[in-house]
Amino acid sequence: MKETFTKGMARNIYYGGSLFFLLLFFALTFDTVSELPDRDNRQAINESVTLGKKVWEVNNCIGCHTLLGEGAYFAPELGNVVKRYGSKAAVKAFIMSRPAAGIPGRRSMPQFNLTEEELQGVADFLEYVGGVNTEGWPPNIQG
Amino acid sequence: MKYQSQSVAKLYFIAAIGLFVGQILFGVIMGLQYVIGDFLFPYIPFNVARMVHTNLLIVWLLFGFMGASYYLVPEEAERELYAPWLAKLLFWIFLFAGAATILGYLLVPYAELAKLTMNDLLPTMGREFLEQPTITKIGIVIVVLGFLFNVGMTVLTGRKTVVTIVLLTGLTGLAVFFLFAFYNPVNIVLDKYFWWWVVHLWVEGVWELIMGAILAFVLIKITGVDREVIEKWLYIIIALTLISGIIGTGHHYFWIGAPSYWQWFGSIFSALEPIPFFVMTLFAFNVVNKRRREHPNKVATLWALGTAVMAFLGAGVWGFLHTLAPVNYYTHGTQITAAHGHMAFYGAYVMIVLTIISYSMPIMRGRVANGPKAQVLEMWSFWLMTVSMVFITLFLTGAGILQVYLQRYSDTPLGFMVVQEKIELFYWMREIAGVIFLIGLIVYIMSFFVKHDDEVTA
Repeated sequence: MKETFTKGMARNIYYGGSLFFLLLFFALTFDTVSELPDRDNRQAINESVTLGKKVWEVNNCIGCHTLLGEGAYFAPELGNVVKRYGSKAAVKAFIMSRPAAGIPGRRSMPQFNLTEEELQGVADFLEYVGGVNTEGWPPNIQG
Repeated sequence: MKYQSQSVAKLYFIAAIGLFVGQILFGVIMGLQYVIGDFLFPYIPFNVARMVHTNLLIVWLLFGFMGASYYLVPEEAERELYAPWLAKLLFWIFLFAGAATILGYLLVPYAELAKLTMNDLLPTMGREFLEQPTITKIGIVIVVLGFLFNVGMTVLTGRKTVVTIVLLTGLTGLAVFFLFAFYNPVNIVLDKYFWWWVVHLWVEGVWELIMGAILAFVLIKITGVDREVIEKWLYIIIALTLISGIIGTGHHYFWIGAPSYWQWFGSIFSALEPIPFFVMTLFAFNVVNKRRREHPNKVATLWALGTAVMAFLGAGVWGFLHTLAPVNYYTHGTQITAAHGHMAFYGAYVMIVLTIISYSMPIMRGRVANGPKAQVLEMWSFWLMTVSMVFITLFLTGAGILQVYLQRYSDTPLGFMVVQEKIELFYWMREIAGVIFLIGLIVYIMSFFVKHDDEVTA
């Protein structure tokens, strides 16, 4: 930190380093986006999945659950929930069955009063997310 | 206070502290919901409490950053603020928009709020931290642009210093990366990939520039150390921040569908992310040790040193703890993440805002520093909040280690809810620490109301 290392040198490292790594980040992003079609299960996206993502968002599901590990940590991971429950029908049945007044003393998912179409959408959306190549995450079926 | 217009900062700081109280109240509610699952259900379900908790944090920190800018930019630029009226106008707009959004979360079901605010026209809601209605997001953009214009014009037409240039760069980055909040494709991988451009590039990128600039300003003022020395440190810190932090975004790309090379890029670069925080700690202690004056505001110095240390622990050490891909494979999306999030936000961003408030509020109230009674009380609040945050982090880490073991690591993995019940003790302990944090915050607010004793301000 003595005079051999000047403020000007520090400034140049800041500008040069930031610019270089920002450009590298853009290049990696470009490569990532071009590799995604083989990884992100986009062929599964249809009208029902689109509706399902909307239902997922406007009911703020991420406020309690994680999806591919991101979100809140109050309720179970849902990226692999269709596999964990064995079928989309089971997932739908669970969502439908939630008591409106909750369960005394315990965490309980709210009753969202979804229509059959919306329920199907959510289940299709979760199945689609389950098909993303996540490099083997989560470690086991419990999420 | 050198320039009259600096005083608009006072409004911003008062609002920031008020919203901070709300944030902590909802934090305590959520903490209780972790152990008494039906607490306030169905009126305030967990997801609503969490939205209020995190959104209030973001909004009050933004108020804090804006207040800090309005205070320090005129002094650095050696001129009055370009448009003080604009700063006041934007304050009321931002406060109104923020309050309306929070009330919307609390009073209407979220799906209803989405309908009312016409989310379908440009769906951006329902993603973590970006839950605000689209109309609120547009409001944020307008407020931030007006703020940037005001601060930018003040900087550009006045004296330009490294502090203001770095601050302005950070604030511009904040505005630019927020625009990715409007990109919400159905494709979940693209959604998540660019969602991090807001979240990561804010808190592990441009916000650190803002933090560095504010810290440098306060240290120049309270230590009297030569500006040249401090500016060199600042450049080194922000260079290390961006060199490690930009590619460090990759630590969020391990398991969300992005290519596997991100496990290498993310692990290596984010392993370097603690370095700028460590240098910041060296910087703060070094500069305070070489101080050329004894500033009467002791507690501001305490906050400045505290933020450097706690940011290093919370963001640096607790971040590194789970950032390597093989470790993160087990810890991703567990209480370990929550532990890190709490101490990192408190150490880096809450404390830097409280640092500038601690330094500038007495000046805006017509004195160099508060009297000894007020300062001692504020120091009590510093220790109560900081120590309780350390314990919140430790208890959540304990919960997280057990969760990882029971749910993911052992030979007989248990279900999520089963595990949650087994680790309840740690959640109770966290809740107690949370209540002590709230008490610390009440003491902090009381310190503003201690009757001023003129003797020390000379």
